[in-house]
Amino acid sequence: MPIQRRKFLAALGTGAVASVAGCSQITGGSGSGDQPDVAGQTLTLTTTTSTYDTGLLDAIHPQFEEMYGVTVDAVAQGTGAALETARNGDSDIVMVHARGLEDEFMRNGYGINRRDLMFNDFVIVGPESDPAGIEGMDSAAEAFATIAEEQAAFVSRGDNSGTHTKELNIWEEAGVEPGGDWYQEIGAGMGEALNNANQQGAYTLSDRGTFISQRSEIDLTILVQGPIEGGPELLENPYGIMAVNPAVHGNANYDLAMAYIGWITSPGAQDAIADYTMNGEQLFFPRALSEDPDFQQYVPEGWSSDSSSE
Amino acid sequence: MPLDPVALLPLFVETPFQEGYVRSIIVVSLYVSCTAVALSTLFSIPVALVMGFTDFPGQQFVKSVINTGMGFPSVVVGLVVLFMVSNQGPLGAADLIFTKEAMIMSQFVLATPPITAISLAALKSVDENVRDAARVLGGTRLDVALVVIKEARYGIATAVLAGFGRAISEVGSVLIVGGNITSADGISQTRTLTTAIQLEARQGQYDTAMILGAVLVALVLTVNAIVVRLGDEGAMNR
Repeated sequence: MPIQRRKFLAALGTGAVASVAGCSQITGGSGSGDQPDVAGQTLTLTTTTSTYDTGLLDAIHPQFEEMYGVTVDAVAQGTGAALETARNGDSDIVMVHARGLEDEFMRNGYGINRRDLMFNDFVIVGPESDPAGIEGMDSAAEAFATIAEEQAAFVSRGDNSGTHTKELNIWEEAGVEPGGDWYQEIGAGMGEALNNANQQGAYTLSDRGTFISQRSEIDLTILVQGPIEGGPELLENPYGIMAVNPAVHGNANYDLAMAYIGWITSPGAQDAIADYTMNGEQLFFPRALSEDPDFQQYVPEGWSSDSSSE
Repeated sequence: MPLDPVALLPLFVETPFQEGYVRSIIVVSLYVSCTAVALSTLFSIPVALVMGFTDFPGQQFVKSVINTGMGFPSVVVGLVVLFMVSNQGPLGAADLIFTKEAMIMSQFVLATPPITAISLAALKSVDENVRDAARVLGGTRLDVALVVIKEARYGIATAVLAGFGRAISEVGSVLIVGGNITSADGISQTRTLTTAIQLEARQGQYDTAMILGAVLVALVLTVNAIVVRLGDEGAMNR
């Protein structure tokens, strides 16, 4: 715990120093009162529908807003769109869950200072009658292969979101090219996908958080669990956070973005994430704090200084 | 802006929402749509007057453009405005992305064609004798125009209402350029009734979406009733 606190202070200090340094160049250091110099500014955060629709951000943001006297504009778009908005320089920071897309974003120079933030997992849900018979399978790929074999109805997000990306990874793993009448790309958010699957008794892949928050209104049930409940590792759902590179987009509010990263990876905010529950169940599991170094969170997956030719 | 109905509306519905939430999205919806429609009207009526009472080369083409604009899909307008106000776009420096101003821009583009086209039809239908009489009585061009506008006011009111209906009920462009943002305390920044409905539907909460839908319909009805009433009062004072 002492080590964690030191890290927290260090992160906070870095954020604060960065913000003060950045602002004093503009304001000539005039705002040296009680309020930090970022006070009154707005941080534009593009994020995925799952962090927003579960209510997590609204629950934890007031603390940050109060601490710095700022406003956080959270725009819920889906991972692909969130990264694209940041790529155009229209947001300051991104919180998403598709490591492959995040890595590409970093490799292209748009994102910097990535941190692992939190995780939950994906679950394969479907009607209780389970027409394809996938209940209790311990491999997601096997379950998908069975659904394809039985041509059981499957609803796909089809929106280039983190969940959609994960779904495509699983099809690839299963060695199936999904298509045909039984496979429906609906191009919509998770809640709509769950409703759609509910109405036609279809299978779908959902993040656990959205499924829990919506479970009382639908008849679908979890047929293949994710790693939180002992399911396959493939269904893990890690969220990362990255600042937009101010060298690429000069108008990005980098100071405040780093203050936000410092805050949300701090023990206080990480506890708040862990404490956030819906219907008595924890939706997100914090991952930013660890006594052991985890250098892979800062760089694209598989990157090492020996293979830096990319 | 009709403030009283705004204050009263949420009282009629038992909302499952946070206090102030529904009210703030109504205020944002009205602010954005009313501003956009007001700007559209200021732009449209002079255009309709010029179109109606003068001849110039390319008039038919302009008319075609206006008629096409009436059916312009709002998402396309949203994309174009997004391109304009994005950091990479020509207006990027103004930092308008995810603001009410950007939403007003896109609704302006959406509301202008129907207001222009319907106003034009209304102005043209004014009896020529009225124009001639005004001119004979020694009216300047401005006087004549004002007389014609007065005669055509019902048609123009219909035009404004059509534009307002289009602006307040569209969801595609305000979602793209506005970002559907509320602050963490549940007060709308750029969330309108339509994008709020979209959000509830996305979360599968169709019952709360229905409540918001009812609020939207009630709001449009109220605005229509107010405009019609104003028109009637105007007629009585004549």
